[in-house]
Amino acid sequence: MRRIFLLGLPLVLGACEGRHNWLASGGAEAIRVEQLFWVLVVGAAVIWTLVIGAAVYAHRRQVDPSLEKQARQFIIWGGAVIPTVVVCALLVWGLVILRDITTKEGDLTVRVDGERWWWRVIYESPEGDVVTANEIRLPVDNTALFKLTADDVIHSFWVPALGGKMDMIPGRETELTLTPVETGSWGGLCAEFCGGAHALMRFDAIVMEEAAFNDWLAHEASPAEVAQDDAGLGVFLDEGCGACHTIRGTEAVGPVGPDLTHLASRERLGAGIYDMTPDNMAAWITDTHEMKPDIDMPPYPNLDGARLDQLVAFLMSLD
Amino acid sequence: MTQEIDLSKLPPPEPYDKARDEAQRERLMATWAKPVGWRHISAVNNSYVGKWYLLTSFAFFTFAGILALLIRAQLAVPNNELFSQSLYNQLFSLHGTAMMFLFAVPIFEAVAILVLPEILGARDLPFPRLSAFGYWCFIIGGVFVCGSIFFGVAPDGGWFMYTPLSSNTDYSGLGADIWLLGLSFIEVSSIAAAVELIVGVLKCRPPGMRLNLMPLYCWYVLVVAGMILFAFPPLIAGDLLLEMERAFGWAFFDVDRGGDPLLWQHLFWIFGHPEVYIIFLPSIALIATMLPTFAGRPMVGHSWIVLSAVGVAFLSFGLWVHHMFTTGLPEISLSFFSAASEAVAVPTGIQIFCFIATMLVSKVRASVPMLFAGGALAIFVFGGLTGVMVALVPFDWQAHDSYFVVAHMHYTLIGGMLFPLFAGIHYWYPFVTQKAMSDKLGRWSFWLMFGGFNVAFLPMHWTGVMGMPRRVWTYDLTDGWAVLNMVSTIGAFVFAAGFAVLAVNVLWPRGKAPYVKRNHWRAGTMEWAAEVPDKPWGVRSIPYIHTRYPLWEQPEVVDEIDRGEWFLPDAEEGKRELIVTDILDARPLYVQRVGGPTFLTIGSAVCLGAVFILATFHLWTLTLMFGAGFIAFTLWWLWTGTSEIPENPTKYAGRGLTLPTYAQGNRSPGWWAVFITMTGDMTAFMGLVFSYFFYWTALPDFFPTADKLPSFGWLLIGTALLLASWLMCVAARKLLGQGGRGRAMVLLAGALPVGGLGIGAWAWSAYTKGLDPTVHSFDAMVWMLILWLFLHLLLSWLMHLYVAARIWRGICTPDYRADMMNLTLFTHFLALTAVVIFALLALFPILMGVS
Repeated sequence: MRRIFLLGLPLVLGACEGRHNWLASGGAEAIRVEQLFWVLVVGAAVIWTLVIGAAVYAHRRQVDPSLEKQARQFIIWGGAVIPTVVVCALLVWGLVILRDITTKEGDLTVRVDGERWWWRVIYESPEGDVVTANEIRLPVDNTALFKLTADDVIHSFWVPALGGKMDMIPGRETELTLTPVETGSWGGLCAEFCGGAHALMRFDAIVMEEAAFNDWLAHEASPAEVAQDDAGLGVFLDEGCGACHTIRGTEAVGPVGPDLTHLASRERLGAGIYDMTPDNMAAWITDTHEMKPDIDMPPYPNLDGARLDQLVAFLMSLD
Repeated sequence: MTQEIDLSKLPPPEPYDKARDEAQRERLMATWAKPVGWRHISAVNNSYVGKWYLLTSFAFFTFAGILALLIRAQLAVPNNELFSQSLYNQLFSLHGTAMMFLFAVPIFEAVAILVLPEILGARDLPFPRLSAFGYWCFIIGGVFVCGSIFFGVAPDGGWFMYTPLSSNTDYSGLGADIWLLGLSFIEVSSIAAAVELIVGVLKCRPPGMRLNLMPLYCWYVLVVAGMILFAFPPLIAGDLLLEMERAFGWAFFDVDRGGDPLLWQHLFWIFGHPEVYIIFLPSIALIATMLPTFAGRPMVGHSWIVLSAVGVAFLSFGLWVHHMFTTGLPEISLSFFSAASEAVAVPTGIQIFCFIATMLVSKVRASVPMLFAGGALAIFVFGGLTGVMVALVPFDWQAHDSYFVVAHMHYTLIGGMLFPLFAGIHYWYPFVTQKAMSDKLGRWSFWLMFGGFNVAFLPMHWTGVMGMPRRVWTYDLTDGWAVLNMVSTIGAFVFAAGFAVLAVNVLWPRGKAPYVKRNHWRAGTMEWAAEVPDKPWGVRSIPYIHTRYPLWEQPEVVDEIDRGEWFLPDAEEGKRELIVTDILDARPLYVQRVGGPTFLTIGSAVCLGAVFILATFHLWTLTLMFGAGFIAFTLWWLWTGTSEIPENPTKYAGRGLTLPTYAQGNRSPGWWAVFITMTGDMTAFMGLVFSYFFYWTALPDFFPTADKLPSFGWLLIGTALLLASWLMCVAARKLLGQGGRGRAMVLLAGALPVGGLGIGAWAWSAYTKGLDPTVHSFDAMVWMLILWLFLHLLLSWLMHLYVAARIWRGICTPDYRADMMNLTLFTHFLALTAVVIFALLALFPILMGVS
């Protein structure tokens, strides 16, 4: 299998470490869980040490067998009273956090539809829906309300650095709110096993300053800037790509695959898995199922050099 | 019938007579001898079946463990190309499936079948042929499911098989059918074992062993077998719905046709969470059994442990939704199930603190079993603490489906189940083989496994925190998971090395090694009363037990048993005999004869296995042929091996005790087995009822308009006919009791067409209104309920004909009519099912104002 995007990656290893980290403090919701996490970890370490310490002590040292009454006290306190108090306190705290992170109003609404194995993303705006795919951009310090659906099987929408996950279930619409507090690019994943290429169902969650986000959204809403006689577009249409893909501003209006109107503006290809480079793009078209096994898009291994170059150049111009 | 005897004031035994003792031993030996040579496989005695069960479970464990190593090998480095995506998806699906269904649950049954009768001081379980049948089902089904990976068609939807991935044949292939049918087959054998164990604990205790004297192990067996009885049926109901959708296109999970994928999750986890405790409690039971031995004193807080185990069992049925916290449920449900999940910490904590308290007030002898028990505690407590974390909803939203959960789950299962099991292996090895294991190898295997386990799974929590989802076959270097995964892989292989050492230690031939001395560990429970070398009869004579730790508190009992001074010291008639006692006080009720070696159970299991396997490939004609073979073998087995009329109505059991040799109604284990099986069957039916109401609450347009409801009139007529057929059976029982054999036979035969017309009227009620199960979930549910009753009716017809034939042949008579009573009990449940279905199909829609 080709892994072209691997080249040179050790260089960025340091920079990219922790793209999916729950403890990256990227979002308000994640930060609440982060506080909970550390309290739980420290508390668990203390409890574990006490229990195992008691067991080791009990094993090593013989205590007077007449102490059975005290032993019963030990069972009641250690096994019943203390655990009850601890879990009740934790339960209340957990429910308070749950309420806090589920009752926020969204500043913007994003509909995300899980497909095998990519993401259809629709921004709701007063001017109408803005359709894109496989990349989610969010304005910092705004709460985004995600309305999640799935078309085929169950998926789960998860940006660990911003907050928890929520399943995407056919026939239902689930909701999740995320409030990014830091700009940057975070990793998003499908967390529910959805068959085949589940491991390769990713996306980037890019958090931007609000003004930059608004510019991006306006640009995303506009049709592609492409000459109708572009040779690459010709190849695109001749090969029937338009049956599945939409490029707004052209004849391609296929509803099945990801919207490609501003494909090249995305950072990655193939649902968050390959860097957006011409080489990867060419490989994606000719060796599709080696790049990502089992997907519905058919490979086009017979595209000859010139036509492939035209097609790749055209697609890379869709920014 | 029952002799009201005071067991503590029995007449003294007859004076010891060496010649008599030897003659008795010879007859017992001949009666209980194991078949030799290739006929060995026809053995049914718990000692042999238990051993096979244990070794087979461990074979599947080894297989699933190798799959785990392959998984770890694939994940060792980023972008690994060792396995394809498709094969990897099969590897992890089969790993989970095999560990859960082919190891964790069967090993409980294996250990229980092996040691339960001996702990109870009994000769065997009440239905030895049923255990053998269950074993053969298990191995056939297990090999079928596991073997699929060698053909590249193993299940690949994860071990919980979420719909629609598993229900839509565009997304999943043969593997899903293999999972559904292969495992349903094994679930049937699990339920058979559960029935056997429940009856064994309740009815086969030695005289005098009242419930409060019962060893902790038996309590756990009772609780866990009860849990299996209520947990597995909902899954079987779910399997049935899912396979009907896959094979025949019935609309249960397809959203476009009024189905709902979440229904599967409910049915699966109503099974799946109790399953975790079904796995965990039997292992805790092992620790609860061996700890008093090494502490040299009774368990502190005996009754608290029992209550906690029961408490865990109840709670475990109320927290399945914590596997579904991320499915967008309302906050009120999340809060309730979060609280229930946290609550489990309390009874679990009590059990652990009882163990520590027992150690606190005693001088504990160090030993390899205790080493494993200590390791288990260290690992399990850690897993329990992360369990408290993931039970908090906001935490779970991050941890769910990540490697954090993978780590948590393995800490609870390996700490809560595997290490205690290994402790049990070391503890009971001398009991099973009369040889000692190597302590040195034992310690090596422990430290390798303990170290390897923690190296593999402790970093995995952090891998989860770094955002790695479970079930991904590859990842990229930039994800930052590479080092952690490499460490986990190294740990996994060290763990495997430790298991290899343990396997060597267990399987090492010790033919020439000296026997251990009797009661190797100086334990207090009855299984250690066995002679060395062991005899196949289980116990020389069945003693009167009046303490919790008989070998400590009634030390003279061992010699008395050996000298044949207690009950049933002989086998004059050459029959395998057990004493059946009453549930609460263990007063002796009667002498039960159990079946000996037979090939019938193997034939029966092979045919049933073929039915499930052939159905997977939709070879319906062959399926029907083997179905007929299964019925033939099973009837043959029942006809020749059950409810035989004894040569004498009573038998002298020794020590002044004369007991009946035949029992019927609720005095007989057979009746209890039917009752318990039907309780499980009703639970599966409740799974269907749950589904019906689930659709009703989840789908606003579940009910069609009134003109598309099944016709009320025909439903009413059908129900009346079905109830009439039930009443005919009840009347037949009454008439037979009064001596009316001919009239009873006529009524039994007459009930068939009446019931047939009844189910026909039901089918007509749906058919005339054009209900099509492939169109909408309501139609599918209606047909499913009708089909459910129809299948039960078919079964009851077989039983009607069987009992009529037994009456005709004079095997079922006015005095000996256990078969008739068992049949009637079965039809009671059928009548109840019919009434509930009538209420669901005819009354409920009207009540809800469908017009």
